[in-house]
Amino acid sequence: MTFPIVPDLLSSLFKKPNTNPFPAPQLPPTVTGLLDEVNQGKAELNPPVPAPERLRGKMTYNRETCIGCNLCIKVCPAHAIEAIPAVKKVRFYVSQCIQCGQCTEICPKQCLALSGEFLNASHDRYDRSLIVER
Amino acid sequence: MKTIEVKKPSGYFTQIGPAHPALKEPVMFNLDVEGERIIKADFAPGMSHRGIEWMGLRRNCIQVIYLAERICGICGITHSISFVRAVEQIAQIQVPVRAHYIRSIVGELERIHSHLLWAGVAAHELGFDSAFYLAWRVRENVMDLVEYLTGNRVHYAMIQIGGVRRDITREQFPRIEESMKFFDNAYDQLARVFLDDTTVQMRCRDCGVLTYEEARQLCPVGPTARASGIKKDVRVDHPYAGYADLDIEYMTPDRLTGEVRGDVYDRIVVRLLEVKQSIALVRQLLEQMPDGPLLAIPKPAVLLAKLKGAAGEAVGRHEAPRGEVMHYVRLEAGKDEPVSWKVKASSYSNYLSWIPMMEGEQIADIPIIAASIDPCISCTDRVALVQDGNRRVLTKAELHRLSVEKTRRIQASLSAR
Ligand code: SF4
Ligand code: SF4
Repeated sequence: MTFPIVPDLLSSLFKKPNTNPFPAPQLPPTVTGLLDEVNQGKAELNPPVPAPERLRGKMTYNRETCIGCNLCIKVCPAHAIEAIPAVKKVRFYVSQCIQCGQCTEICPKQCLALSGEFLNASHDRYDRSLIVER
Repeated sequence: MKTIEVKKPSGYFTQIGPAHPALKEPVMFNLDVEGERIIKADFAPGMSHRGIEWMGLRRNCIQVIYLAERICGICGITHSISFVRAVEQIAQIQVPVRAHYIRSIVGELERIHSHLLWAGVAAHELGFDSAFYLAWRVRENVMDLVEYLTGNRVHYAMIQIGGVRRDITREQFPRIEESMKFFDNAYDQLARVFLDDTTVQMRCRDCGVLTYEEARQLCPVGPTARASGIKKDVRVDHPYAGYADLDIEYMTPDRLTGEVRGDVYDRIVVRLLEVKQSIALVRQLLEQMPDGPLLAIPKPAVLLAKLKGAAGEAVGRHEAPRGEVMHYVRLEAGKDEPVSWKVKASSYSNYLSWIPMMEGEQIADIPIIAASIDPCISCTDRVALVQDGNRRVLTKAELHRLSVEKTRRIQASLSAR
């Protein structure tokens, strides 16, 4: 009988976890309480891991330079962009965007980019933070 | 097919699925059993039809790339490569050489990640969870590498019609080589942990056998075919992307063990060998990568206009981690959307091998046999026929009748003009 994994298992006992740590090791009784303690210097949070350089995160939009050509809408695979014809501008729904970045490539005015911001979860699809219009 | 002493159905019938804890995705197995032994096996796919092709026919070709990418959560580049290869043929777009190489690099990284993921799943199905964690820990490294190169862990969005969207620059080479070194070691470790382990040998040797002859009859693809000794691989047989310039061969289990048995163990061997092969291929690709542009048509708006004028039909193929994937596309001039788009995922060709693999084995072997072809069930389901709340299966005779009726209809409408 051979079990070649055994040495690997034993050595794992002495290694640190391979995964990124959660901000707090355990779920605190209250999140706001924990944050208060952090502010007072009584507790520490594990810092977030840095976003990779090429990460495609939340949309940024420069409303000033946008000319309302609607090309971005034409290529968006997820129908995440809405035209506002009255003012010749557009609006982005982050909850629907699949972060492909195709719109940033077709925009003739380079007013679109995908930032490194990736913590976009919310209870509400139409939360203010999930609609980009400027 | 395998000789089974008891031919007569025993009268005991058991169903596994469509939703079952041992199955990762919905599919149904219908089994005649005697005691623990499977006398007759059958399966019913079509439980997770998503209507992806229908969505594709309502989007222009650039949009379809990202939709195709989402056919599978593991093969992030497989379906987009196949789709764009079909479209490039129709529109006669010449892809720059550098773009070909980058496609191959991402394709090979995907293979490493997919095979490691599979190794973990297979270990879990055997109840060998320590190896599952080990394989997935190793896999994390390639996920990080892919994220570093393409921006995201899954859904790389690297492919564009006529090339790739992002470069792999010289500054990134050392980071890639660092990962390849890591995988050199990881291969040795995984080969030891999986192949030398007594438990794995006892569960997988001579279990779920697909003989060379059966494989010839059923035409499986990818590692499932190669593990039965069938030499086929789209990368070798019909080279595309950067593969024509590479030193690449069929990976069959006899390269490591000296024999082909076509069992679950051989499928583990083939996938491990392919991880090693992919490491070597990535190194070759990096070494030989020429300079040059990334896109044949850099402006997406110009590309869209060109595609609108393109007409014709073509098939695009790619050797996915699970085997050959095929996309059929038809474009008509004046239309942004494809008029026809048909996707054949690799598992479609591999499903039928389940039957000879399962017959004669025990019920407890089903999870590992089902997993051994690395099925991607949701990627494969293209059609589900439901009428008045009842599922139906279209037989060959019915399909033929429908086809004849359609020809008659068209003839009638033509003569009425
Ligand atoms: S990134 Fe992609 S999905 Fe998101 S808005 Fe742009 S085109 Fe649409
Ligand atoms: S493509 Fe650019 S300029 Fe045109 S509507 Fe979209 S954001 Fe505005």
